Order: sequence, then C-alpha cells, then structure tokens
Amino acid sequence: MDFALTEAQEAVRDNITRICTQFDDAYWRKADREVRFPHELHAAMAEGGWLGICMPVEYGGAGLGITEAAIMMQAIAQSGAGMSGASAIHMNIFGLNPVVVFGTPEQKARMLPPLIAGQEKACFGVTEPDAGLDTTAIKTRAERHGDRYIVHGQKIWTSTAQVADKILLLARTTPADQVAKKTEGLSLFYTTLDRAKVEVRHIDKMGRAAVDSNQVFFDGLEIPLEDRIGPEGQGFRTILHGMNPERILIAAEAIGLGLCALERARRYATERRVFGRPIGQNQSIQHPLAECWMELQAASLMTMNAAWAYDTGRDAGALANTAKYLAAEAGFKSCTQAVMTHGGMGYAQEFHVERYLRESLIPRIAPVSRELVLCHIAERVLGLPKSY
Amino acid sequence: MKILVPVKRVVDYNVKVRVKSDGTGVETAGVKMSMNPFDEIGVEEAVRLKEKGVATEIIAVSLGVAACAETIRTALAMGADRGILVESDADLQPLAVAKLLKAIADKEQPGLIILGKQAIDDDMSATGQMLAALLGWSQGTFASELTVDGGNLTVKREVDGGMETIVLTLPSIVTTDLRLNEPRYASLPNIMKARKKPIETVKPEELGVDVTPRLTVVSVAEPPKRQAGVKVGSVAELVAKLKTEAKVI
Repeated sequence: MDFALTEAQEAVRDNITRICTQFDDAYWRKADREVRFPHELHAAMAEGGWLGICMPVEYGGAGLGITEAAIMMQAIAQSGAGMSGASAIHMNIFGLNPVVVFGTPEQKARMLPPLIAGQEKACFGVTEPDAGLDTTAIKTRAERHGDRYIVHGQKIWTSTAQVADKILLLARTTPADQVAKKTEGLSLFYTTLDRAKVEVRHIDKMGRAAVDSNQVFFDGLEIPLEDRIGPEGQGFRTILHGMNPERILIAAEAIGLGLCALERARRYATERRVFGRPIGQNQSIQHPLAECWMELQAASLMTMNAAWAYDTGRDAGALANTAKYLAAEAGFKSCTQAVMTHGGMGYAQEFHVERYLRESLIPRIAPVSRELVLCHIAERVLGLPKSY
Repeated sequence: MKILVPVKRVVDYNVKVRVKSDGTGVETAGVKMSMNPFDEIGVEEAVRLKEKGVATEIIAVSLGVAACAETIRTALAMGADRGILVESDADLQPLAVAKLLKAIADKEQPGLIILGKQAIDDDMSATGQMLAALLGWSQGTFASELTVDGGNLTVKREVDGGMETIVLTLPSIVTTDLRLNEPRYASLPNIMKARKKPIETVKPEELGVDVTPRLTVVSVAEPPKRQAGVKVGSVAELVAKLKTEAKVI
C-alpha cells in the first residue's frame, strides 16, 4: 500500500494552493458579507484549465480522477476559501459526469468544452421542496411535445442558479402511477437556463452567502430533444453516476475547511498569552486541537480510500458515504474548536473562524443527511432491514 | 535561439528553516522543496521570449539529487521544452555547478543562459558570474528588464543608487532580479503535457567535471534570538536612552 501522493498529485495540490493565495481572507470575508459570487476564483480556475480536471482529454479536460479532484477541492477549501470557494466550482468539477458517461459524442462535444473553459457555468436541479432525499418522488414534469419537452415544476437548494447559464435537470417524463418502479419515468436534461421561463429566487441562509442557493420555478421551459442525457425514463440511473464523486469531493472540502480552522486555532493558541504564557501551553486548549487533527487525518484517509475505489472502478458507495460522514463531523468539530480556542475573538468576524463554523454545517447536511448515511451503512453493509 | 535555464531545488520559501542539531547545515529531511524563486523568474522570462518568437527552445537544467527531476518538471509545466538532470549526490558548490553548466552549454550551444541572481538556500550569488567567466561570454547580472534585438541584448540592472542599462552582444549570461517579471501559475493542461516532455539524465563524470567541494562549512547556527524591547514614556526618555544606552545619537 502506497499512501504517498504521486508527483502529479503534488503538482495539483501545490499549484492550486498557489493560485488561491491571490484570494486572501479579506476577499472571502467581503464575498460573504456582500453576498457576492467569487467570479475571480472561478475565472482563475477556468483559465488554468482546472475545471476540467476529471473531464476527458478529448474535450479539453485533463483526464485525471476523482482522487486528483478531491486533492484540488481540499486545497481550495484549506486556503481559507472554505465552502465559499469550493462551492463556486464544485458542481462544474463532477456534475457533468452523467454527460461523460451517457452523453452522445455530439452532446459531449457541445456541452463539455464551454464548461471546462469557464464560458458557461452549470447548476444542478434535482432536489424539490416535497422530495429531498426521496429523489424518485420529485414532481417536476417534462412533457414531450414533438421534438421538445415542456417543463413545469419547482426545485429547491439549486446552488449557483443566479449565475449559471446551464442546468442539469431531473424531471419526471412519465407519471409515477404509470411506471412499474418509481425509479423509472425520470429523465435527465442538460439545457439552457432560459430565465424568461424560469424564475430563480434567492434563499437567505446561515453561511456561504457568496455562493447563492435558490428556489427555482419552471413555467413552460422548453427543452429540445437533443438536450436529454441518456434514454428517456432512465434519468435516475443516469444521475446516480454523479453521487459518489460528489460525496467524495464534499468530504475533501470539509477536511480542507477543518484544517484551515485548525491552523488558525493553532496560530492563535501560540500567540495569545494569558497569565504570562501562551494559551496553547494549556492541555485544555491543546488536547482538543490534537483530537481535531487526528480526526481530520482519519477522515482524509477514508476520503482518499473512497476516491481510489471510485477511480479504480470498485464499488465506492459505502466508502464514499463513510468518508462524507466522517469528514463532515471532523470538519465541524475542528471549526467549533477553532472558535472556542479564540474565545470571544472567535465570535468576531475579523478572525474568520465564525465564518468557517457557519460553513461547516453544509457538509453535515448536504448532499445527503447523516441519518441516511447511517441507514445506508446499516442496510447495505451490515445487512440490517431497511428502516424507511 | 536556444535558451538554457538552470533551476535549483531548494527548501520552499514558505518553510521556516531549522538548523540541524549537529550544526552541519539546515534540516532538509521531510521538508517541502521547491524551485528557487529567482530561477522561476528565469524560466518565466525564457517562456516570454519564446512567446515573442525570440527563443526557439528552452532547456531547463537542474543539478543535484534525483528528486531535482521534480524541479525540472515544474519548469516544463511553465513552458520549458525539455530538461537535463545532472545527477549527483555530492555537495555541488558554485564553481562545480558553473563548470557543469559550461559543459552543457558547450554541447547545447544556447544563445542565452538565464540564471537566478542567487539561490535562497546559500545566497552565494556566484554561479552566473563564474559561468560567464568560464565561457568568456558577456553578462548582465541582477536584471530587471531584458530586451533582445537581433544579436544584442539590452539589460536594465538594479544597482546601488538606481538603474543601469547595458547592451550585451550575444551569447550572454543573465541573472534575474526580483522585479524582472511575475512568474505564471502552471495550468493543468501544461502540467499534464510536462509529464510527457523528455528529461535527459547525465552524471558529472560523463561531462568530465570534477565536483569535489572546495569550500568547507565550518558551522551553521541560528541567528541570536531578538531580545524584547522596552516601552518608553516620553520623547525625552527615548532621546536619553538613544544617547546613553543605544549610543546611536
């Protein structure tokens, strides 16, 4: 077993870290306060060809794996960009995997290069107000009318829809009562987000204000036939191809955020003097930080293990879920401990850790809840009866 | 015109260096290593000259342990065309490096060699000048601007008290100062391409150079710790202290 990064993986980490030095703490604090999308980071990543890290070489990508993408996303989050930086490009990195796997050569040639070049941004429309994790219960309808589909319905938690040009959309093409299994009758589309037929409503939220989350209302959006990805009715199967990579990447982002918070806490504990000595000399301060480091390391190994399984074609479901669970918890704990280490200053925005803490809730909640991860492990790994 | 760019593998500039416990040098085991920042400026300048159509080929050379190939790879990702690794576990000092580079220059016949003005590890600032002397070429050291015009090279140099502009006849040696340019970030496609570019490995013996060290490091020690200062209550007290204690006025 070789745990060392390859030369290419080190190059990914080092170059991303260097690019991110252009975007300092003040940049991210301002983006959060002003609810402003980090276009400059997105542009820098596009310019360097990084958005295509795991896209096929023939369409302008680098043809690397989810392992390298995870290293990249961790480095972005760890730079101080946190989830604000990671989420700004997250969807563009792995989201079009269904197009890579199920798209026709014509679709790949049309859809992938503009995304990789940063000329188009994409968002992801799956979750609905009445169908969160119960994906097959979605109600958004795409009705076939000759050579096009017409969409009516509603999505929620669609990140980056304010700035996106394209949407990867899951909609029901056959009503649920007319299919044998509820996983059937759903279709996947990658199409232009035509704002004349789509209303995007911003959701004010706890953290990561820089990257918008939205409610999206579809009122007669027309989708040409050639924008459907894969066979009609097989959209659920198609979209599953993006789920494990997403969990692996979000795990890496949570670890990056946790390490970033831990480094701030370490620095503060070294510099801050009370009773004539640095507070980091007290075991009550240093032991929790040591614990955070260990838990982040363990989660990191799990994440790399899951990425390796995915990249080598192994079953990555349980590993990716476990990585996402452990990384989210370790990241959250580390951010919490960073605030506590700073004491009152941790509550002040000037010290940044409160922003990290607000962002660290995201990987705990999305893209799948802790509870459903536990259900997955109980059912699929331990063989216990399905509970829901 | 071919351009030769020597690149040195040094402790990364972000790393806080630590002196080895036996005082023979600084700790490099398990420490992050990178390309000397001044050499990075050299690579960038060469790449810009190639983009302007002045240079036709850029050769990155590194001298030292096998891991120096990684430093060459970084230069290749920035835009160098091929690499030469002079592999040696010996302590390569400036004169030995200059002799090895001369041997490579004799073979490759570059029109220009761009070196960093110094390496951030030993701060010798010697190799470029020695190489110019060994080759008998013109040299423009501490360059902050560089223009090639036919067979001439105009170099703006940062000297005490201002800027000096000199015109050199090619072939030449240039050493880079900090303000010559701002090196680019390697793009992912170029990092991928760099993995396929060739790196040739040679040994000092094959180049007929004796690399035996001529300098001996007697000891390496940390600089003395800075003592805490004192706060003064008034200007009068400050002046008094400057006179009687610091004795600077």
